[in-house]
Amino acid sequence: MGAFNTSLELSNTEEFCISCHEMESNVYEELKTTIHFTNRSGVRATCPDCHVPHKWTNKIARKMQASKEVWGKIFGTINTREKFLAHRKTLAEHEWDRLKANDSLECRNCHNFDYMDFTAQSTRAAQQHSTSLASGEKTCIDCHKGIAHQLPDMKGVEGW
Amino acid sequence: MKTIIKGLLIASIAFSGIAIHSVAQEISTLRNETKLDEQKTPNKIYQVNNSDIKQKRNYPMQPPLIPHTIRNYEVNLNTNKCMACHSRQRTEESQAPMVSVTHFMDRDGNFLAEISPRRYFCSQCHVTQQDTKPLVENTFIDMHTLMKAKTDPK
Ligand code: HEC
Ligand code: HEC
Ligand code: HEC
Ligand code: HEC
Ligand code: HEC
Repeated sequence: MGAFNTSLELSNTEEFCISCHEMESNVYEELKTTIHFTNRSGVRATCPDCHVPHKWTNKIARKMQASKEVWGKIFGTINTREKFLAHRKTLAEHEWDRLKANDSLECRNCHNFDYMDFTAQSTRAAQQHSTSLASGEKTCIDCHKGIAHQLPDMKGVEGW
Repeated sequence: MKTIIKGLLIASIAFSGIAIHSVAQEISTLRNETKLDEQKTPNKIYQVNNSDIKQKRNYPMQPPLIPHTIRNYEVNLNTNKCMACHSRQRTEESQAPMVSVTHFMDRDGNFLAEISPRRYFCSQCHVTQQDTKPLVENTFIDMHTLMKAKTDPK
């Protein structure tokens, strides 16, 4: 178990995430232009902040799921930007489903709804956060897709 | 004859040279008078106005200013983030104003089912406003004010 944990910790660093070319030259490059890379507060979100749950049980579940499913199948076959883009929608949908299922757990690790000051937010934001989000009808990822990477073809996606 | 033409040519080139020179001194570009091989200290980047308060339009055909930030809103082949709030189907949830009917018209005035391709790239016409002083004075007077000035008894 100890060894398993160690290798898991290693694979939870950003360095590990972008050690393969398809991650570095696609998603990482895109992340750099967004608010989760540079912002006025200087707080940076790294790949594992959004993609690996912090709770141990979830973590393993996610890890096993990831290695078995889509990701495992797809990576290794992607070696050009075109091939990456061809698979992007499948990969994105997988992440949306996961974040929908866990009520955007990773987002909430940094953005805690209880401490959101609506009066300090823009009118557009406060309006949505105090209604659909507060009632639990919607979760972060329902309204905030594409906050860290470029979007795939959004035809048929709910809310677009 | 030939020499006259030549003379004229030379004179006009010389004159245009002077003209260009004096114009170059007047025009103030983003680079101002920075030499080509020098790097200008960048201008300050101002905050985008995010007040969510709609601005007055100066004339009926003016594309309204965007009263909110649009950082990282993608408008490309895959997606149009603006339409995720401003399309007919989305306005109830987003509470954003719907793009007006002109956005559905092709150039012959026919109405299409979706927004017209010529209105797809919103920022061709709509821009945000920065929180800064105008670079040049605005002397625009709108029609309403003009008409009022005409009809008002002095
Ligand atoms: C590592 C912490 C962290 C995580 C995880 C995180 N964020 Fe953020 N997020 C930030 C920071 C820091 C900012 C910038 C705050 C600022 O300076 O305004 C930010 C800004 C934002 C903004 C504001 C965008 C704008 O243009 O103003 C949105 C929306 C947002 N995050 C959504 C999300 C969503 C959705 C997730 C989950 C998929 C998420 N965040 C995960 C730290 C995080
Ligand atoms: C019902 C839709 C909706 C949900 C659910 C939602 N948001 Fe937002 N959020 C918005 C809108 C609309 C804005 C303003 C426009 C924008 O930033 O794109 C916004 C803006 C923000 C901002 C920037 C604040 C500002 O003043 O502009 C942050 C940070 C943010 N959201 C985080 C979150 C997080 C974290 C969650 C989940 C806990 C969440 N949002 C859930 C709609 C939503
Ligand atoms: C602020 C949260 C956040 C950060 C940081 C982040 N991602 Fe993502 N990522 C997402 C979300 C949300 C999706 C789902 C698709 C979308 O909405 O763009 C996603 C999707 C993906 C996808 C699927 C393909 C796609 O573009 O949709 C890959 C691969 C990916 N991320 C890898 C990474 C890597 C590698 C890093 C670090 C360089 C990273 N992510 C950093 C939130 C994040
Ligand atoms: C998250 C939803 C949302 C998105 C995305 C969005 N808008 Fe808006 N927009 C609004 C809302 C709501 C208003 C009403 C005023 C306000 O609250 O800011 C508005 C107002 C406007 C107005 C002013 C209309 C008027 O009559 O004065 C324009 C123009 C506009 N948006 C253009 C755009 C463009 C262009 C984009 C894409 C780059 C865009 N919007 C993306 C929600 C959105
Ligand atoms: C070719 C220029 C052009 C483009 C491109 C364009 N608009 Fe407009 N838009 C206008 C003009 C002009 C008006 C005001 C007169 C009118 O309604 O036609 C307007 C009005 C609007 C209004 C106010 C509608 C109302 O009834 O209050 C909104 C909102 C808007 N546009 C959003 C958008 C969005 C979103 C896009 C991109 C999908 C877009 N526009 C693309 C020119 C343009």
